[in-house]
Amino acid sequence: MAEMTYIQAISDALRLEMRRDPRVFVLGEDVGVYGGAFKVSLGFQEEFGPWRVIDTPLSETAIVGGATGAALMGLRPVAEMQFADFISCAWDHLVTVAAKQFFRARTPVPIVVRLPSGGGFSGGPFHSQNPETSFAHIPGLKIVCPSTPHDAKGLLAMSIEDPNPVLFFEHKHLYRRIKGEVPEDRYTVPFGHARVHRPGDDATIITWGAMVHTAAEAADELAKEGFEAEVIDLRTLVPWDKERVLEGVQRCSKVLVLHEDTRTAGFGAEIAATIAEEAFEHLDAPVVRITAPDTPAPFAPPLEKAYIPQVEDVVTALRELAAY
Amino acid sequence: MAVREAEPVGSLQEVKEVGLDREDLLAMYRSMLITRGLEERGHILYKQGKIPGSFYTGRGNEAASVGVATAMGPSDVGTPLHRDMGVHVVRGMEPWRVFANYMGREDGPTRGRDGNVHMAMPELGLHTMVSHLPAMLPVATGMALAFKIRGDRRVALGWFGEGSAGRGDAHEAMNFAGVRQLPMVFICDNNQWAYSTPTYLSYPVDHIADRAAAYGFEGVVVDGTDVLAVYREAKRAIEKAREGGGPTLLECLTLRMEGHAVHDDAFYVPKEMFERWAAYDPIERYRSWLYDHAELTEDEESELTATVKRLLNDALDRAEASPQPDPATLEGGVFASVEDLDTPHHK
Repeated sequence: MAEMTYIQAISDALRLEMRRDPRVFVLGEDVGVYGGAFKVSLGFQEEFGPWRVIDTPLSETAIVGGATGAALMGLRPVAEMQFADFISCAWDHLVTVAAKQFFRARTPVPIVVRLPSGGGFSGGPFHSQNPETSFAHIPGLKIVCPSTPHDAKGLLAMSIEDPNPVLFFEHKHLYRRIKGEVPEDRYTVPFGHARVHRPGDDATIITWGAMVHTAAEAADELAKEGFEAEVIDLRTLVPWDKERVLEGVQRCSKVLVLHEDTRTAGFGAEIAATIAEEAFEHLDAPVVRITAPDTPAPFAPPLEKAYIPQVEDVVTALRELAAY
Repeated sequence: MAVREAEPVGSLQEVKEVGLDREDLLAMYRSMLITRGLEERGHILYKQGKIPGSFYTGRGNEAASVGVATAMGPSDVGTPLHRDMGVHVVRGMEPWRVFANYMGREDGPTRGRDGNVHMAMPELGLHTMVSHLPAMLPVATGMALAFKIRGDRRVALGWFGEGSAGRGDAHEAMNFAGVRQLPMVFICDNNQWAYSTPTYLSYPVDHIADRAAAYGFEGVVVDGTDVLAVYREAKRAIEKAREGGGPTLLECLTLRMEGHAVHDDAFYVPKEMFERWAAYDPIERYRSWLYDHAELTEDEESELTATVKRLLNDALDRAEASPQPDPATLEGGVFASVEDLDTPHHK
């Protein structure tokens, strides 16, 4: 075991995959000499050469479309968007080509697109978004959102191994803030298995990404008042661990769904609807959703604080749930 | 680097110099007949209500598609579009599979998941188009990138039209391919009409191929109704790419001889334009050439025509016998499993 930051774990996973499988290569803007916008591939070009760590023109369409073509020819591309926000420029290539190619033509498209996402540092409207739900709605794409260094490493290895297009949302605010024990060897974390980040029986908080840590802080606060909320980290949204969520609902009877993405038609709505369909009789209170409001991500610190769900927001909601 | 306008091919001697023997010449003619026959019969099937959705043909583009595909090497790959039936035919897709795909049957390459010319067989080196033209250009560029990374002596061909040349995908694909000097050939089927939009509203220069200079490679315009000239230019571009010479943009100039799709009577195309181009019907033109230069005989021709007719009749029967896809299988095919990887095309 070694202590690593979240970003070191991502870098480590990628390096190990490239060492064990010559088909794996990286492409994106500034990924070579510069090592990527956040330095995930720093030093990779020296180790793997310029044809496995490919600096592309500023061309998101060519990056994702190119990854798709290379995958169809048997390679395992890992494409980097500098910010998840820029994936909108390659929407067609994920949604129109990669997501549908296996369904139509039986040709798997094993690509990974790494998407540095999320806010918390005044990135403004174009460097802070959490677009995972837009893609969760598209059949054929897998959606991964790790919250810890351990999961980031194991889920990235799994993403590269998976025979489908995988969108790997790595939360920028966790990059250097979150550290944890990480096995030094390669391992995978399977998709569709939620993780209990914090145990509890009084309420179940369902979340992913950076909000896992927000939820845990709030739950610790409520524990002082004798109310123990569990924090379920979904880890992957497609597929998502419906069984584990429903089990928590049945046991705790009170539910809080938390995400950093905006509210309307967010993935929380899917979770709440599923609970209403399949565990309605077990609920002791209405499902609570805490999300960003339906606005673009703002720039100024007080606005951003109002936009991103804060520990206090979750604490308040948990108190209300406790009292219900 | 100005665009080069290719000369027509004249004599049998010239043809031999570019590597075609008489058997090849007849095979190309046969492919063109099958191509047109498939689409003519598809049109009838559509009118009979046997084809759901819409129906598209590539009438007028038979020489361009057959000429380019004949120039491809066995391990080369491509992403042909809806006017390029000839590419599928040359690469070996059996006609009954085409009819089965038209009709949405289980034995079509997409097993009823997609329709009309949205089909390809990866084992033949072809990958299925999407409607969002020219989205397959960056994909083909990625195929060429894979070949470059691995050092394969293979070439990727990406097709687009003069209409879809307006979209950013064309720019990003050509720019990336040019920067990296990838083993790739861009084929522009310039049939002069993007649905109802004429060329002067699609692009402001003389030729789409003029753009190649901006990406650091050669642009060539060829008469897309001259199958031998198309073959010669495609062969040249493909072998240049294979030898490390980088991409070429080959623009095949034709006229779309029918509407955008079967519902469209193309009223907006001037009548004189159709009449002028009808004199350059690719099949008729090649047939005359074969009589004049390759000693095609009437017996040979009638035998060839009869064979193609039989082939298509049998294909139609076989496709109509193909089952409808089972709705119970619908949800099973969204995600690939590990067993689906490393199939023959994945190499």
